[in-house]
Amino acid sequence: MNAVAPMTNTASLAVETPILEMRGISQIFPGVKALDQVSISLYPGQVTALIGENGAGKSTLVKILTGIYRPSEGEILLDGQPVQFSSAQAAIDAGVTAIHQETVLFDELTVGENIFLGHAPRTRFGTIDWRTINARSRDLLRQLESEIDPTIRLKDLSIAQRHLVAIARALSVEARIVIMDEPTAALSRKEIDDLFRIVEGLKRQGKAILFISHKFDELYEIAENFAVFRDGKAVGHGSLKETPQAEIVRLMVGRDVHDVFPKITVEIGDTVLSVEGYSHPTEFRDISFELKRGEILGVYGLIGAGRSELCQSLFGITRPSAGRLTLDGKPVEIRSPRDAIAAGVVYVPEERGRHGLALPMPIYQNMSLPSLAKTSRSGFLKASNELKLARQYAERLDLRAAALSVPVGTLSGGNQQKVVIGKWLATQPKVIILDEPTKGIDIGSKAAVHAFISELASQGLSIIMVSSELPEVLGMSDRIMVMREGLMAGFYDRSAATAEALVRAATGNA
Amino acid sequence: MSNTNTPRRAIPDRLGTPVSRILASWEVLLFGVAVLIFIANSFASPYFLDAWNLSDATFNFTEKAMIAFAMALLIIAGEIDLSVAAIIALASTAMGAAAQAGIDTAGLVAIGIGVGLACGAFNGALVSVLTLPSIVVTIGTMSLFRGISYIVLGDKAYGSYPESFAYFGQGYLFWVFSFEFGLFLVCAALFAVLLHGTNFGRQVYVIGNNEFAARFSGVPVERVKFILFLLTGLMSGIAAVCLTSRLGSTRPSIAQGWELEVVTMVVLGGVSILGGAGTIAGVVIAAFVMGLVTFGLGLLNVPGIVMSIFIGLLLIVTIALPILARRIKQANKS
Repeated sequence: MNAVAPMTNTASLAVETPILEMRGISQIFPGVKALDQVSISLYPGQVTALIGENGAGKSTLVKILTGIYRPSEGEILLDGQPVQFSSAQAAIDAGVTAIHQETVLFDELTVGENIFLGHAPRTRFGTIDWRTINARSRDLLRQLESEIDPTIRLKDLSIAQRHLVAIARALSVEARIVIMDEPTAALSRKEIDDLFRIVEGLKRQGKAILFISHKFDELYEIAENFAVFRDGKAVGHGSLKETPQAEIVRLMVGRDVHDVFPKITVEIGDTVLSVEGYSHPTEFRDISFELKRGEILGVYGLIGAGRSELCQSLFGITRPSAGRLTLDGKPVEIRSPRDAIAAGVVYVPEERGRHGLALPMPIYQNMSLPSLAKTSRSGFLKASNELKLARQYAERLDLRAAALSVPVGTLSGGNQQKVVIGKWLATQPKVIILDEPTKGIDIGSKAAVHAFISELASQGLSIIMVSSELPEVLGMSDRIMVMREGLMAGFYDRSAATAEALVRAATGNA
Repeated sequence: MSNTNTPRRAIPDRLGTPVSRILASWEVLLFGVAVLIFIANSFASPYFLDAWNLSDATFNFTEKAMIAFAMALLIIAGEIDLSVAAIIALASTAMGAAAQAGIDTAGLVAIGIGVGLACGAFNGALVSVLTLPSIVVTIGTMSLFRGISYIVLGDKAYGSYPESFAYFGQGYLFWVFSFEFGLFLVCAALFAVLLHGTNFGRQVYVIGNNEFAARFSGVPVERVKFILFLLTGLMSGIAAVCLTSRLGSTRPSIAQGWELEVVTMVVLGGVSILGGAGTIAGVVIAAFVMGLVTFGLGLLNVPGIVMSIFIGLLLIVTIALPILARRIKQANKS
């Protein structure tokens, strides 16, 4: 651990030797450095909390530790010996096991089969040794203080019991290092208490645990050490007990954010969209806000807070169970994307390739798709009009392409994003909803996208911008709505919004 | 294609397509195959190069091709209808029963087409309203529709069609050009315009390429799919009129196995079985190829069972070829 860490090393950390050490790990994807010279150590009998915003590099680190990615540089030391996790099996053999947020289990198999799938013990004749499977499964589950019968099918278990099976599966390999990736996300308070008792048990057995969670109160309850990641860099580590929460949040957020964003001051106009009591059967409840002309409303929250679901509902992909919409003072009902487009509400989805584009089709056909009623004549295509429309927005967005007839799939990520934005601008909307507009875009192009969003607002468009990146939300928004677990958790004016306040509202820590 | 009066602009509308690319297109290759088969046939049998024999040969594909046009749109949109031959059986049975009851030719045509539309609507509703997978739905309705014909007819046959009804399958527009062949050309033109020249056709391509993106772009995906099944039912109904008129009788085994030949024709025509790509021109050429091959084999007295083996092989080869070609290309790259 070197110069990147401004935190104090405590004496206890210095004395013990780590089971596992990662030194100078970098992971480079085309166009993105997901991890940049990261180091982290895991100690026997201790829980290390890994903290960071979405996209800070936590998942990448987990994937390296479980042998799914091979790091571009750096080394991994196990008991001081360099090792290479060349496959998922190699990581398991080295004693690394992971409990994911959603471990894949199989409904139609028995509990025992689920626990030992892929590493079932064999009899002398090479057949599967069911007696051992069931006996060891029973032992494992008993360690977790559970009396689940290993021979019943998984589909007959409750959610919490399935979670125990997932943990038992992780412990069924001889693991010394246990990674828990947001294990509490779907659990109730009582189940969390049960889980923490299990974690305490694992600590007593001398296992090293890497615990990823957004919930600070839980981390302070269970973890000894912490490491904070930001933008793929390790920005701090140390003893959690000796570090106040405010300090952790400061490390997470980092820079002074208001300066770097090309925010244009815009005259905010009349109310364009007003949402009242919008609710969905499962994803969000009682959301109300107003959006004015020229305004950028940032929507911040953790993954699973219901932000994308709210936006997709406003765009007519899913129907709300309750609530009213008013557009320019007139009540509207949006029951399909077609209604939304006609009303002037458009949505740029988070997953561009999956939801936004027909990749094998030409640029101009993608651009004109929602505007076909305008470019065609009584239902017949007019290619010249389509090309004219595509050209207009390609030039406005500074699109880089060999020709307007080439497939969108041949363009770079940033240019694909331009085609998606262009196709929506061509419908001349009043409200544009941007879901994670800079996700997966490299730093340089991000600034260009931000400048363009600002410009749209200055031209009188109203913008709802969902983002998990604090600097982006703080830097771009006129107002910010924070969502937590499907509910509004706070509203902040640009002047009053601070990173600490947003994180507190999003995580529910007072 | 691209107008060049504003040379300063950054992005051209289209790239000039090199002649080599056009020559390597599936449609052109297929056309070459058609010519080769034509030449081979004319050497193989002295009876082949005769205007009336060639005219007879067109009956091998006209009815199937009419359905294939609608099927092409359906497959491009990522769906399939395996019940088309069963729809013919049911529509033909209904017409036979109506003819026995003394209904005139106009009424019979209306019944044939009406039954086709009703069957298409049934398939379409199951797929688009209940969002069931079309391959399962239409395997089910394939048994259902033909099953009804078997219950009604058993081992009997309907045959008392009015004389004027024979025109659709046996009439000629002029000289050797049959009514069916004319209808085939008109349908080809209409479907080509529908697929390549209308907003509806564009929506079909988008759904086949990315149903999510289509939905997210305001394309009424369910409605488009419903209309496509309706169209397939309609064309099956029209084919039923032609075929029944040509044979002059209806048995429950009428058009048995045609769904396979229709799908083969579509895939041979270059329509991607995975959806998203294909042209009507390709299907037209594929229709000629299949018609020429079966007619040529018929002239050489090759038994029917060998022909169906040949059709099966053709289907597998045409699906496998593009996939193998891509693999080889990728292997060469890496």
